[in-house]
Amino acid sequence: MNIEKKIATRQSYGEELAKLGEENENIIVLDADLSTATKTEIFAKKFPERFFNVGIAEQNLMGMAAGLSTFGKIPYASTFAVFAAGRAYEQIRNSIAYPNLNVKICATHAGITVGEDGATHQMLEDLSLMRSLPNMTVMCTSDDLQTRWAVREMAKVNGPVYIRLCRLATPVIYNENDKFEIGKGIQIGEGTDATVIATGVTVSEALKAQEILSKQGINIRVIDIHTIKPIDKELIIKCAKETKRIITIEDHNIIGGLGSSVCEVLSENCPTKVERMGIEDVFGRSGNAEELLKYYKIDSSAIINKILQ
Amino acid sequence: MKITNVEALNKIAINVRKGIIEATYNAKSGHPGGSLSCADILTVLYFSQMNIDPDKPNDPNRDRLVLSKGHASPALYSVLAEKGYFDKELLKTFRKVGSNLQGHPDMNKVPGVDMTTGSLGQGLSAAVGMALASKINKAGCKVYCLVGDGEIEEGQIWEAINSATKNKLDNLCIILDNNNLQIDGEINKVGGINNLTDRFSSFGLNVINTDGHNIDSLLDAFETAKRTKEKPTIIIAKTIKGKGVSFMENQVGWHGKAPNEKEYNMAIEELNNAILQI
Repeated sequence: MNIEKKIATRQSYGEELAKLGEENENIIVLDADLSTATKTEIFAKKFPERFFNVGIAEQNLMGMAAGLSTFGKIPYASTFAVFAAGRAYEQIRNSIAYPNLNVKICATHAGITVGEDGATHQMLEDLSLMRSLPNMTVMCTSDDLQTRWAVREMAKVNGPVYIRLCRLATPVIYNENDKFEIGKGIQIGEGTDATVIATGVTVSEALKAQEILSKQGINIRVIDIHTIKPIDKELIIKCAKETKRIITIEDHNIIGGLGSSVCEVLSENCPTKVERMGIEDVFGRSGNAEELLKYYKIDSSAIINKILQ
Repeated sequence: MKITNVEALNKIAINVRKGIIEATYNAKSGHPGGSLSCADILTVLYFSQMNIDPDKPNDPNRDRLVLSKGHASPALYSVLAEKGYFDKELLKTFRKVGSNLQGHPDMNKVPGVDMTTGSLGQGLSAAVGMALASKINKAGCKVYCLVGDGEIEEGQIWEAINSATKNKLDNLCIILDNNNLQIDGEINKVGGINNLTDRFSSFGLNVINTDGHNIDSLLDAFETAKRTKEKPTIIIAKTIKGKGVSFMENQVGWHGKAPNEKEYNMAIEELNNAILQI
């Protein structure tokens, strides 16, 4: 992990989408007046004839994407996570997921790391809402390269995909030799003292904790779950068997997201105590994103404290 | 083959109405009122307007219809069966376990259904996406979208119209089934929607007012829509809820109720007589 080099997953998304547009003319991008923030503006400048701004109208955003997909287009529909999974939930459910249409919902500004905008804009329930929709693949990437891979890979999935992206710039974790596969988590480290299962922005926090703890002789492994659904059951069960503790951490309500997914896997296959870290069933608040990670105890120091308990 | 003979179309529309009664009676549920009100519109579209072939329901260059008022599924299924997309006998399985004829249309289960609908307000956005895709592909497809008059209380309808006019989708034709009744009463009293022509005109649509039960008028309206450039069209089709079955006409109680055996027999008899009178 390169703590010095940071990039927000929304930035990686926007840059890679513009590259993908060069290779696949069926890629159509839609946005709802947030293209400068979601970074679809990069695609818009390059391919104005394939970019459609619907204005502040997220319900229509999802419906138009659905209609475009029936003509063989691959629409990437972008807005903030709270307006995608939240405001347009029922459009996603009835016009995209139920008919199993090939729409890619790319939701930026998820989680409390939105920062200063506060609770109305900090989506903490999207993983829960999206993973309970049949046909939906749900992703949440942790760094630059992984996001770039996901942007390309989701075009190959024939069906709806929801990806959760973040505003906050986070460290680069992977290099070009690393390989990713939808539905397969990534194990970093072989420690057996504990497994910390993370997703999105919390992966780099877990890796920072891993490094600090190793200096104290405590060896943990970190699992990066970039695909929330289908989740990597095999890897989660293996870690439950090989390590002493299972801890999950997410920038999302502890109800319904990563922690719940891990509990579902383990309670059915390998009953194990799971310690869930995340936003503890409250709404967020305004503040600097990194300070909020500390405030809500989902940063590296919170992980260290949890492990040392 | 496109039919333009008015008598022939009137006959087909009555058969479509019989199918609506057959489906809802056997299902013991469904929405006969709003299905009967759009039977003539759908008949004209499927038999005289749309470029479609029941043998090629997935032809990428076909015209599309989105039934945004998805609860009128009996009307859509009946017209598709009349057109030969599937056996009319299947109408008797409507809404039953194991049937593909779901309460609201499912594009993955029924040949000829171009979009899954049922939740009001959503179909028009999909139609706008389709019309836009046809423009991008230079496919020349026309997209028709049947919307209920109560349905336009949904804000998403107006979002969709904004995108349709912004993108100058003259290949999109919206038809408003203006039967003036929704579940809780008259549309101007329940949702407060009135001045339809002014509302749609001010949103930039080409507005055509017509009698939704007069085949000649409908044919004219669709021809005018086809000739209109740079703007999407809305045809405000004045209709009667329950049209063709006298005891159902203009009765809001028949919005979502199926006929019993006696009512079924009365309805079929009246429709059979209507065919004889053409």
